[in-house]
Amino acid sequence: MRSGGISIWFFVGISLLVNGLLIFGAGIYELVHPPEKPVVLFQVHANVWWGGVLFLLGIVYCVYFAPGRNRV
Amino acid sequence: MISAFALPVTQRMVHLSSVDLVIIVFYFALVLAIGFYLKGQAKTSEDYFMAGREMTAWIAGLSFLSANLGSLELMGWAAASYQYGILAAHWYWIGAIPAMLFLGIVMMPFYYISKTHSVPGYLKLRFGEPSRALSAISFAMMTVLMSGINMYSMALVMKVVLGWNINFSIWVSSLTVAIYVGLGGLRSAIFNEVLQFILIWAGSLLIPILGLVEAGGWQNLKARIAVNASAEYTHLWRTLGSFSDNPMGIHWTGIVFGLGAVISFGYWTTDFLVVQRVLAAKDLRAAKMAPIIGAAFKMFVPFIVILPGLLAIAVLPVKLTGEGAALATGGHSYNEVLPLMLARYCGPGLLGLGITALMAGFMSGMAGNVSAFSTVWTYDIYGALINKKASDAEYVRMGRWATIWGVLISVGTAYLVMQFLSIMDYVQALFSFFIAPLFGTVVLGMLWKRTTPAGGFWGLLAGTASSIGMWAWVKIDPSALRYVALSTHARDMAENMYRALWSWVVCVVVTVGVSLVTKPKPDSELAGLVYGATEIPSDREMAFYERPIFWAAVVAVLFVTLNFLFW
Repeated sequence: MRSGGISIWFFVGISLLVNGLLIFGAGIYELVHPPEKPVVLFQVHANVWWGGVLFLLGIVYCVYFAPGRNRV
Repeated sequence: MISAFALPVTQRMVHLSSVDLVIIVFYFALVLAIGFYLKGQAKTSEDYFMAGREMTAWIAGLSFLSANLGSLELMGWAAASYQYGILAAHWYWIGAIPAMLFLGIVMMPFYYISKTHSVPGYLKLRFGEPSRALSAISFAMMTVLMSGINMYSMALVMKVVLGWNINFSIWVSSLTVAIYVGLGGLRSAIFNEVLQFILIWAGSLLIPILGLVEAGGWQNLKARIAVNASAEYTHLWRTLGSFSDNPMGIHWTGIVFGLGAVISFGYWTTDFLVVQRVLAAKDLRAAKMAPIIGAAFKMFVPFIVILPGLLAIAVLPVKLTGEGAALATGGHSYNEVLPLMLARYCGPGLLGLGITALMAGFMSGMAGNVSAFSTVWTYDIYGALINKKASDAEYVRMGRWATIWGVLISVGTAYLVMQFLSIMDYVQALFSFFIAPLFGTVVLGMLWKRTTPAGGFWGLLAGTASSIGMWAWVKIDPSALRYVALSTHARDMAENMYRALWSWVVCVVVTVGVSLVTKPKPDSELAGLVYGATEIPSDREMAFYERPIFWAAVVAVLFVTLNFLFW
């Protein structure tokens, strides 16, 4: 749904993009500087790939539902 | 106030890094930005209270579900699954899906075609002012009280998990909700609920995925649960043949008839907190599809709520206990299971997102309560009883004030609960008194033309009074449980199921009895309100895949399959 020009999905995209970027960045930092007390399954580096997934989804939503495009 | 905020932080379960804090602050900034952005689009009462009735089925459906998906719902049922096993999933499947489909296919046409602004508003159209007043006053009161209880519980969780001061959590979260709902009305609440829905999934989904990796898959998880607890913890129906065979102390009749047929139908089809989201749909098809979309997502919520509780039984090195034992021993309680699992798998960034998910859940639930309260207060109490000649602008102004009062009363309730914890049990019980009888009244009103205004009013009153009576009876004489819940082995949840069932039966019997001896309304006054007197637009010209009934059937098949899979 649009409201006066900006779709709700654009806001969702912004949220996913920023959170994804921050989580991905934190994951990369942990790769370079492993923590003293790692979480369980640290070796799967969930923050790297989960952050990446959220970031990419965020880009898709932001582009597809960008203000001015005729999407609902 | 400042000194109260500055109280020292004691123990905390997790420590947030700077990136976690940035994620949380960004979330608050975004929800406030949405509220300010939508402020200019809430000029008329239709905009403010009904979001202009322009929501798509997806938006209305996700918002419908999100308003229910509060953080206490997430943490409470994760705790219940640790305590009772997969039985807790009944509250997501048989305790929700049939009712949501019934709302979409059977009841939504009447709510939507009548153009009512609220559920009490429908009662006014169907039964007259006394029924509306009874329903509106009880709903408004209970909604803000429940909101306050949730607020206090959430602040308590934030204290335990993060070490945050309770006053800080209460005021920051409640003021944020007051600002964005007060500014943008229902549209702002719905926009934020959709955002919060996505964040809840984004922040919670990793726990079951990583948990299953650690446990070695579903079969290994079942084996570990059988060792650490009992093999029965992974069966939905097999242990329900007797009250004493399962940890919940419940019989299948309580689950099927009490939960599945009465409590869930009462909540999902007549609680205005959730129904309001669907009333904002842009057309009848969207209004019918919204609960079906909500049901489809609801079916998968156990993946992020029930499964983490089961995983905790298998993988956590500590044994969780009740609140009292946890306080006495310094251990962890059942209610901490979700934060414990979050801390187990989530490093910097993911932890912030997980905490944001919990906050988002809390705020979506609170915004739902506050926007529903504001609408019922303004239309069904202020407009109906106090100022019958109010202009549209006065309605919007009153709606904004009601939002602020609603939040302040909730905050007051939170502090009251902090002083007198037993209030929580009473208010929760109080809320349950109205739901089951209201469903009896609304469903008879919609499906039986012969139901009269007197029948509707007296049925609702008798059902509610009988519920209060049964509750008081068991409080005074605990042995009465054998009559109310059919067994002395029944626990609290089982008692609630049966009390709801009996109060619904009383409501229906009294409504039918009084209706048969009083004068019904003529058909001309029932158009748009009752089955048989309402012309419902046909779906037949739509392609089969566009019809709500087709998607309701798909969801129903999946629902039955899941119940057999985990039998």
